[in-house]
Amino acid sequence: MNDSREWTPQAVQAEVDALKHKPGALLPILHALQDRFDHVPEGAVPIIAESLGLTRAEVHGVISFYHHFRTSPPGRHVVQVCRAEACQARGARPLEAHAKATLGVGYHQTTADREITLEAVYCLGNCACGPSVRVDDQILGRVTPERFDALVDELRTQPLEVLG
Amino acid sequence: MSVRVFVPRDTTALSLGADAVATRLEREAERRGLALTVVRNGSRGLAWLEPLVEVETPAGRVAYGPVTPADVPSLLDEGLLEGRDGHALAQGPTESIPYLARQQRLTFSRIGVTDPLSVDDYRAHDGFRGLEAALALEPQDIVEEVKASGLRGRGGAAFPTGIKWQTVLDAPADQKYIVCNADEGDSGTFADRLVMECDPYVLIEGMAIAGLAVNATQGYIYLRSEYPLAKQILDDAIARAEAAGYLGDDLRGSGRAFHLEVRLGAGAYICGEETSLLESLEGKRGLVRFKPPLPAIEGLFGRPTVVNNVLSLAAVPFILAEGAQAYANHGMGRSRGTLALQLAGNVKRGGLVELSFGTTLRTLMEDFGGGTASGRPLRAVQVGGPLCAYLPESQWDMPLDYETFAEVGAGVGHGGVVMFDDSVDMAEQARFSMEFCKEESCGKCTPCRIGSTRGVEVIDRIRAGRDRDANLELLGELCETMEDGSLCAMGGMTPFPVQSALKHFPDDFLRAPEGDRS
Repeated sequence: MNDSREWTPQAVQAEVDALKHKPGALLPILHALQDRFDHVPEGAVPIIAESLGLTRAEVHGVISFYHHFRTSPPGRHVVQVCRAEACQARGARPLEAHAKATLGVGYHQTTADREITLEAVYCLGNCACGPSVRVDDQILGRVTPERFDALVDELRTQPLEVLG
Repeated sequence: MSVRVFVPRDTTALSLGADAVATRLEREAERRGLALTVVRNGSRGLAWLEPLVEVETPAGRVAYGPVTPADVPSLLDEGLLEGRDGHALAQGPTESIPYLARQQRLTFSRIGVTDPLSVDDYRAHDGFRGLEAALALEPQDIVEEVKASGLRGRGGAAFPTGIKWQTVLDAPADQKYIVCNADEGDSGTFADRLVMECDPYVLIEGMAIAGLAVNATQGYIYLRSEYPLAKQILDDAIARAEAAGYLGDDLRGSGRAFHLEVRLGAGAYICGEETSLLESLEGKRGLVRFKPPLPAIEGLFGRPTVVNNVLSLAAVPFILAEGAQAYANHGMGRSRGTLALQLAGNVKRGGLVELSFGTTLRTLMEDFGGGTASGRPLRAVQVGGPLCAYLPESQWDMPLDYETFAEVGAGVGHGGVVMFDDSVDMAEQARFSMEFCKEESCGKCTPCRIGSTRGVEVIDRIRAGRDRDANLELLGELCETMEDGSLCAMGGMTPFPVQSALKHFPDDFLRAPEGDRS
């Protein structure tokens, strides 16, 4: 299977070369890599460091500083539950407990079937209609435990499609 | 002739199924042979009515909401396209909905009215008049206008915008920058998002004016990665503004240049702090910098930089188009103009409320908000984000302005108003403040990095009834240390919600927590 989400040093180098001329290029590069490969592969670190004239430690330090960047591939879908105050006022605490129990994983973990990675997020800007959940790039409002279950069912029963 | 029907496309409307409503409307119209054009507008900011469908009639726009796809057939049966009253979801003329009619929308005059990406629509609604005015002025005159308006930084710090611009204008450099802080991370706030998703050109225009005012030719919008739709809309709007000559090497034939680029953050709350944001823009870890030097003197890549919040920059086009006095006429005391309040959390009618400074929380939460969504009594409200105090009922009648709030140790912050009903456990909220600080601290200074971890532990001991009095005293000291010894507002203000919870809701600390806190 020819999966373009599999990283290669050449593909990483191409992404880096396309952006390295920008001032402050490191974050744009890391975003580009994660957008393309769903994560920032460990093997990309020396390539980025070499191209930008940084040490590997500096590149690693930036990747590990930001919650958004991950160094291993997630499940087929990433589900983020908002933990912030406005959603708490509408039941985010029971919702996150429900999400963990239903999926059988904690935050930053992926279900055994590799379908769903669960993550915490602090505010999605949908604070008048919480609790809010983000599924990949889609944001959902007023998510009850029942709606969460329906959502998970939907994600798991979607036909396999080639992404991108 | 085809009737225009508006279905919003901002994050909130989409989160409640606006796309499905739009699709259903088109399909149902086709089936019935009706001539109907769906326009995807921004949101009016009346979140509780989303998806809010509007129809254009000879007498103006008429609103229906909240609409689900299943409501579409009955809405069409009962005269949606003629704007008829009668359906249970009919809200009457949009502009007459009391929630909207009672506001003073200066910055947000266009949201929900226009197609966010249409340059023509923006121009037809007074857009780019501020920039045209600025192009005819000297930089110093633009700065004077902003100073005279009394505009203060809407990100939370409330520093006079004109003074900041003056500092950058006066700093000699080969390159200066305008940086827009769009890292809107405070829970309960979504006004920046509404600007960017519903009226992106007002931000672009404000930044271009700032560029002209201080002789900066490059701008960056530092946008949080939690706002994927805003990214997409801003990128598109920037490209269209360039094509129309409002950005680029030659602004409207003036020979002046201003370039603009969106840069994405990566899920770090601390990057809303301006120096951390600059580090992040430079491609580094978002560690807070010591001040001085001020970013206005040594900012991005060591150059003089204006760092302003989205709402500050979005207020500027009105000021340049209508004059400083028109803006300064609103407000009270030293808080001039309007404040974008965001009603959030446990609220019946949540949304954006732009009002002149001086209104009270009670008016806001009761008259606009209609009380809690749960119907239970309101108990506490957190105004200004996760670093600001929780306010009990005795403080809901103060006028909302920077000075009055500061006097009681509260903050207006970015205008978020998060409401909680009587089921809230305030000790748990205090614990969360510390936990959030622990999670999001950049780690540079000890009071914030270690203090927050210790704070969680001490609150747990208090709640478990272990040496309660001694631990309460320790928590007080810890809060003082964080407040006095932290490098920035993250560690320095985390004690505010904690201390306010302790002061106003002490009983909650005397019992053990309920349920799962994982």
